[in-house]
Amino acid sequence: MSLKTPLGRVLGLGSAKSGFHHWWAQRLSAAALLPLTLWLLVALLMLPALDYPTVSAWLSAPLPAVLLTLLVLAMSWHSALGLQVVAEDYVHQPALRVVLLAGIKLLHVALAVTAVFSILLVSLGARP
Amino acid sequence: MAEFSLPANSRVSEGKVFKAAADAAQVRSFRVYRYDPDSGENPRLDTYEVDISRCGPMVLDALIKIKNEVDSTLTFRRSCREGICGSCAMNIDGVNTLACTQAIEDIKGDVRIYPLPHMPVIKDLVPDLTNFYAQYASIKPWLQTRTPAPPDRERLQSRADQELINSPSACILCACCSTSCPSYWWNSDRYLGPAALLAAYRWLVDTRDEATGERLDDLEDPFRLYRCHTIMNCTNACPKDLNPARAIAATKRMIAERHL
Repeated sequence: MSLKTPLGRVLGLGSAKSGFHHWWAQRLSAAALLPLTLWLLVALLMLPALDYPTVSAWLSAPLPAVLLTLLVLAMSWHSALGLQVVAEDYVHQPALRVVLLAGIKLLHVALAVTAVFSILLVSLGARP
Repeated sequence: MAEFSLPANSRVSEGKVFKAAADAAQVRSFRVYRYDPDSGENPRLDTYEVDISRCGPMVLDALIKIKNEVDSTLTFRRSCREGICGSCAMNIDGVNTLACTQAIEDIKGDVRIYPLPHMPVIKDLVPDLTNFYAQYASIKPWLQTRTPAPPDRERLQSRADQELINSPSACILCACCSTSCPSYWWNSDRYLGPAALLAAYRWLVDTRDEATGERLDDLEDPFRLYRCHTIMNCTNACPKDLNPARAIAATKRMIAERHL
């Protein structure tokens, strides 16, 4: 039990004076995902087949490879930001929250790097 | 960790039934949440049958009739009975609203009455609003200026200036909005909630106020402001037809403006 005043409790450690960049990045990545996702769907549907030789041949051209890389980066970014909000909203135990927030960031960097590297491999002609 | 199971005292049992008199002309059932934390017992749902042909038209009229004539132990807040004090905010028929402006005839079936959601209950329909009021105080709800007031008259405001604060200053702090907001339910210790943010906005757009920058500094925080996920329950719930969701969006836009 604490005799701290209600106002003292609300003021807490003060304002973090941040939050805008997260909010802005979430909207920016969402705006990027909209055309990129539509492009991927249309591009895949327009391929004659979806087997490895067809797709890797399609991906060897620079434009699809660049756009797919951008899509993967925007998606990882957006997902990291979104899962961070979920953890902040629902996880109230301080230690667990810190571990989760760090884990979410690191996992998404790892996912993004893996995805970009895979796109490069396929695009530059790796065979299965 | 998130709470996945509800605390033991959230189990609500069936309570007493108070039958209407035999000669009652028009009976409606009021199912009212009863809880006395000091008793150590779980909450219960009491049923009061009220002859609404001998009762005023609003839910508050029925509650007052029950307290006066049937069960004086029923506890609730009320004062003005005309929607301007905000005391009788409660959850009626699943919606946060003021008992004094909610007509009984607009509710189908049993009238279910609970306290405002996700707040500590002091007794029956009386929630503990200490934190809510402290959050209001924390946004410094008063005029802050550097320019001294003119010696011979008030600080002036144009008609257009006044229109900016007309709607947000009509808030009566009933807490219907904040207690309808899921984000406020989970994080009311750090998220200010729609009511306090609407009040903050009222001072942000007041053309006489000169502390806009400091006010935005205090608000720009992942929890205080940005826990709002545009769920819009606040605007739906407001019994005064105000729009806290739009005020919060406008506040975020003001912060964007000073960054971009």
